Amino acid sequence: MSQTPVLALRGIFKRFGAVQVLSGVDLEVHAGEVVALVGDNGAGKSTLVKTIAGVHPIDEGVIEWEGRPVEISRPQDSQNLGVATVYQDLALCDNLDVVANLFLGRELKKGGVLDEVAMEKRAKDLLSTLSIRIPSVRIPVAALSGGQRQVVAIARALVGDPKIVILDEPTAALGVEQTAQVLDLVERLREQGLGVILISHNMADVKAVADTVAVLRLGRNNGTFPVATTTHEEIIAAITGATDNAVTRRQARTAEVAQ
Amino acid sequence: MSTTPKATDEAPVPEPRTSEDVAAETPAAAAIPAVDPRLLVREQGFKGYVDEFKRKIRSGEIGSLPVVIGLIVIGVVFQALTGNFITSYNLDQITLYAAGPGIMAVGIVFVLLLGEIDLAVGSVAGLAGAVWGVLATDMPDSLAILLGILSGTLLGAFHGLVFAKIGVPAFVVTLAGFLGWAGLQTWVMGERSTIPTPIGSFVGDLTKYYFADVAAAYGLAVLVLAAFYLAQLRDSRRRKAAELPHRPHSEILLRTGVLAVLVLVAAYGFNQEKGLPLSLVIFLLILLVTDFVLRRTTYGRQVFAVGGGIEAARRAGINVAWIRTSVFMISGTLGAVGGLFLASATGGADRSLGGGNQLMMCIAAAVIGGTSLFGGRGKVWSALLGILVLQSIVQGLNQLNLESNAIQYMITGAVLLIAVIIDSVSRKTQKSAGRA
Repeated sequence: MSQTPVLALRGIFKRFGAVQVLSGVDLEVHAGEVVALVGDNGAGKSTLVKTIAGVHPIDEGVIEWEGRPVEISRPQDSQNLGVATVYQDLALCDNLDVVANLFLGRELKKGGVLDEVAMEKRAKDLLSTLSIRIPSVRIPVAALSGGQRQVVAIARALVGDPKIVILDEPTAALGVEQTAQVLDLVERLREQGLGVILISHNMADVKAVADTVAVLRLGRNNGTFPVATTTHEEIIAAITGATDNAVTRRQARTAEVAQ
Repeated sequence: MSTTPKATDEAPVPEPRTSEDVAAETPAAAAIPAVDPRLLVREQGFKGYVDEFKRKIRSGEIGSLPVVIGLIVIGVVFQALTGNFITSYNLDQITLYAAGPGIMAVGIVFVLLLGEIDLAVGSVAGLAGAVWGVLATDMPDSLAILLGILSGTLLGAFHGLVFAKIGVPAFVVTLAGFLGWAGLQTWVMGERSTIPTPIGSFVGDLTKYYFADVAAAYGLAVLVLAAFYLAQLRDSRRRKAAELPHRPHSEILLRTGVLAVLVLVAAYGFNQEKGLPLSLVIFLLILLVTDFVLRRTTYGRQVFAVGGGIEAARRAGINVAWIRTSVFMISGTLGAVGGLFLASATGGADRSLGGGNQLMMCIAAAVIGGTSLFGGRGKVWSALLGILVLQSIVQGLNQLNLESNAIQYMITGAVLLIAVIIDSVSRKTQKSAGRA
């Protein structure tokens, strides 16, 4: 983990009207690392993710991609860098079939014409390498179950060969078996060397797959913990603000020294 | 929640399912391949075709079936009433008057795919006719035609921009256009109530020119059939090579056969009269091009995506405002082209061109043909099927000497209502069958 992070956010500020949603947030994601982004409702998790995805441009701060500063002002900027985002509401087109949804926005073409055969073939290969089971790749997404839609949405994120995948609450609406499938999928993403940002409220999921936990509280960083050496209670404490731990103390001390 | 009572019914011990139970079941499930064989995988061959057809009907994916049944019913009823409805003369007349509104309906299909509506298409057609008529008196014919069509594109761009950029609901923008452009049409025409088509103008030929040679109609029919057969065969071969489910040869032959009967009968009918009408050739050309754009290009895919979910489309990097604006430009352009056909059929530009029930005919044609009012589902071919239904009714009523607008309006209204009811019901059925 000593190499340059694929994505680094430094001192991100974002304000919506009278609300300062993010105040100086830092975040680093390395290749092959699953970073869980946790925090209470309204902590700024979704906003932070949307700044990376280009939905909300940042007010202040620096976004670094593989060590050099970049500007992300539109969703396309983010996609072109290699960030794929899977939103909580999945953002699939119900009327289009699975293949069309997977390749929406980056259709495969042959002589300027959509290459349905190539797309269907790649879709099948992609779904089978991820061990995703759906009845047919040629049925409208509307006909799929919640878990199937979730895995299609994640598979969709992988079509563009991204380096960072952002998953916003991927297991929130899923049953036991489907959650397990999605967590397996997250591990497969890590094995493939992708950086994953996982937003979750479920500590069991976080402990199961994440390498690092970054806690946000009221729009500020409230500690970054390696999962292996951190207890459940410490994370919860950081989320709720009942924090009196080494990280926050150290941060307070360095802040004092700086002044 | 719903599994809990079911589990207690089946199991003698009324205990809720634990995660161990679920885990115990998973190894069996893990053996299932990527494509679940129980679902939606068609048997190869003719039986698979029939099974799939039945399944589609049951789950509400009826597509163009109602309109095909409608056409047959109309044919049978008018044949019974008049005794000579199914004639080559009527085929010729229906085709001649179907082209203009049909082309306008193709534009409406694009707008409906976005889940929006264009109420201005009739007025745009009228204004384009007026622009052409006024300019054609002192300008080369081709330039006047071009400017007439471009005026439609421009008006469509205006509707689209106000809708997409300012966010005014499309039906309000186009309602304003419906009134405004009709007024502008009258203003452009000035004191003249009609401007007759100049002699030798191409617009006159639009509905008057026939390829009288018998070979023309048959040649086009054979060309269409060969292209259809080869395209399907090529697609099937490619899919087979890629180890994807493909249409069996028997099914391709069956489809080509059905199409062959239709086009050859039509070609025979046209040859009994004056030959292959130019209007039909242009209409078919527009249908083929727009169908290709919608189904085979990125642009078409984006139109469907915006119609299916704006947020999803936006996040996929699709420029939603451009798609919306361009679709209204297409609708305006095709409206203007349709307007020139209307001018051709009535003998020149006219103050009332594109007025009356023209607008409703176009929208009704698109919806009757099977394009959903709710966006995201439809084909340009529904414009052809829909306008054939409506024009057949008009022709049949004419033959019964019921030419008054009263009966015609009532029947057209009823047919439109039935089409929308079928659309709504099929949407509901699809929802309950988990397909919408």
